[in-house]
Amino acid sequence: MLPDNRGYFGDYGGRFVPETLVPALDELTEAYEEAKVDTAFWARFEALSRDYSGRPTPLYRAQRLTEHCGGAQIFLKREDLAHTGAHKINNALGQGLLARRIGKRRIIAETGAGQHGVATAAVCAMLGLKCVIYMGEEDMRRQSLNVIRMKLMGAEVRAVSGGSRTLKDAVSEAIRDWVTNVRDTHYLLGSVVGPHPYPQMVRDFQTVIGKEARQQILDRLGRLPDYIVACVGGGSNAIGIFYPFLDDKDIRLVGVEAAGRGLSTGQHAAPLVAGRVGVLHGAKSYVLQDSAGQIRETHSISAGLDYPGVGPEHSYLKDSGRATYIAVSDEEALSGFKLLCRTEGITPALEPAHAIFHAARLAGSLSQEQVIMVNLSGRGDKDMDIVTEALGVKP
Amino acid sequence: MSRIASIFKPAGKALIAYVTVGYPSIEATLEVVPLLASNGCDIIELGIPFSDPLADGATIQKASFDALKKGVDPKLCLELDGKLRQMVDTPLVFMTYFNPVLSYGLEEFCRDCSSSGIDGLIVPDLPPEEGTALEAITKKQKLDLIYLLAPTSTEERIRCVAERSRGFVYLVSVTGVTGARGSLPVGLEAFVARVRGFCRQPLCIGFGISTPEQARQVAGMADGVIVGSRLIQLMEADRSLAQVRDFIKKLRKALDQ
Repeated sequence: MLPDNRGYFGDYGGRFVPETLVPALDELTEAYEEAKVDTAFWARFEALSRDYSGRPTPLYRAQRLTEHCGGAQIFLKREDLAHTGAHKINNALGQGLLARRIGKRRIIAETGAGQHGVATAAVCAMLGLKCVIYMGEEDMRRQSLNVIRMKLMGAEVRAVSGGSRTLKDAVSEAIRDWVTNVRDTHYLLGSVVGPHPYPQMVRDFQTVIGKEARQQILDRLGRLPDYIVACVGGGSNAIGIFYPFLDDKDIRLVGVEAAGRGLSTGQHAAPLVAGRVGVLHGAKSYVLQDSAGQIRETHSISAGLDYPGVGPEHSYLKDSGRATYIAVSDEEALSGFKLLCRTEGITPALEPAHAIFHAARLAGSLSQEQVIMVNLSGRGDKDMDIVTEALGVKP
Repeated sequence: MSRIASIFKPAGKALIAYVTVGYPSIEATLEVVPLLASNGCDIIELGIPFSDPLADGATIQKASFDALKKGVDPKLCLELDGKLRQMVDTPLVFMTYFNPVLSYGLEEFCRDCSSSGIDGLIVPDLPPEEGTALEAITKKQKLDLIYLLAPTSTEERIRCVAERSRGFVYLVSVTGVTGARGSLPVGLEAFVARVRGFCRQPLCIGFGISTPEQARQVAGMADGVIVGSRLIQLMEADRSLAQVRDFIKKLRKALDQ
């Protein structure tokens, strides 16, 4: 079972953090290990997942998209239908309950696209916890709808003006807050990144996606899919759907990173495809960095993928060959976005639009007997401004 | 005994200064380090800038970003260190985050540190659990790897750092990031006493210390005082470095009282 007791997935993971945080991470690990074997904790998680988040989310057979691609059957795991509009609610709920359990009443979180921020703000409102969200200035501008949602739910949104003013800097600032307020604050990290136990804990809360999807596809087809495709920023929705299928060696797992303006331009967010091993935000993993080890600025049309690091378990899955990782550009993601709107009447978030594009391309190269399952990790309402501008849509 | 360990004497208190390499300019670094040495600093920390300095507050973040824009990288820092080594006898320590070191190559970095006259390393995002490899290599290259302890550190961790830190133990005065603060944190004395119970190495306190009065109080509890952000602010305010000289002299006097 990975990670090992030091939080390593093979060579990746660990805890590269200031000393101040190590005792808090020890405490969190211990609390999580206790919660993990506490049936009452999971019963509460499952009840709220059902009644609050709206789980299980459907597995939808995308008939017209399949016909359009003219190959493999495409199924969509509809995380876009979960409460607050993305898979992020699963982890926010799990960690919110854990924070209550360890008696920390102040929650901080980072957000890129705002989906994790909104999910965290919602859970904090529901559980009666104080909530502070760090968000890069640039992201606040391009995802303003989500900023308003967070504020309406009682969260304080703090603009981060350092560095590239995006997700990376929001994580750094959240960690600095945590270093300062560690005694009464829980850092509700939103992806499978960061120091141990986050990559494991966030994965465990997100595997509900894959567990449901597995049962749903078996109920529907009596068989498992041939491919599972998911977008990868930090990698939480991808690990959530991949994980329950890791032992089914015949199923190809494909993670889709953001190629931004193209890998050759350097303006992308594809550490697994184009980065090298480094340490960022507390874990060893693939990282986009320059030759001197400085973390590079990234670009993606999707704020949620605009991050130079990736979860350590994905680095492990890449090296072991169990999963493969490819990158899809801004332009391709937009075409995936349009395709899903037109064929299915579903507006995906720009993050899973990357996965949709790849799945559509892949489907065309496969036979009709084959099955692709895509994690549709969030809905696209938040992206209307960006899409309107990029596609020149007139009201 | 390492050059760092040898500066700690029963009678006196050590003054340790931090500057970000290349901030506000490379020339300023070459000028300020000899000035710090000749005005009573016992150890000088040279900060290699990193793009994501998690343990640093606004002042050092800004200095780091500015230095990075000027193209300061570990190679250049090593070159400058070689020059500085010709100018001062004071122990010089690199303070940087783990990724630039990892990227350079642990072996290569330590070898180049050693040959350019560096005496030790402080890596604030490398707790002892992750430090085994760097510890072995620094030992081989006769560099001290200085670990940090924080007010949140448990007894078990204090024992571990006491055993493994070399040169001295860096006590982070507050739960927080670097940066000048108005007063010393409540509970600092108790924290230092707790560490002293397990640790025979020199204890130096940093983070937030910005006035001679604070330095004097800290010297009453510990073996050394580390000053960083305030120095950087003074370098920004007065490029002639007269204010820096004045500040260091006052600190020295406060420690020698």
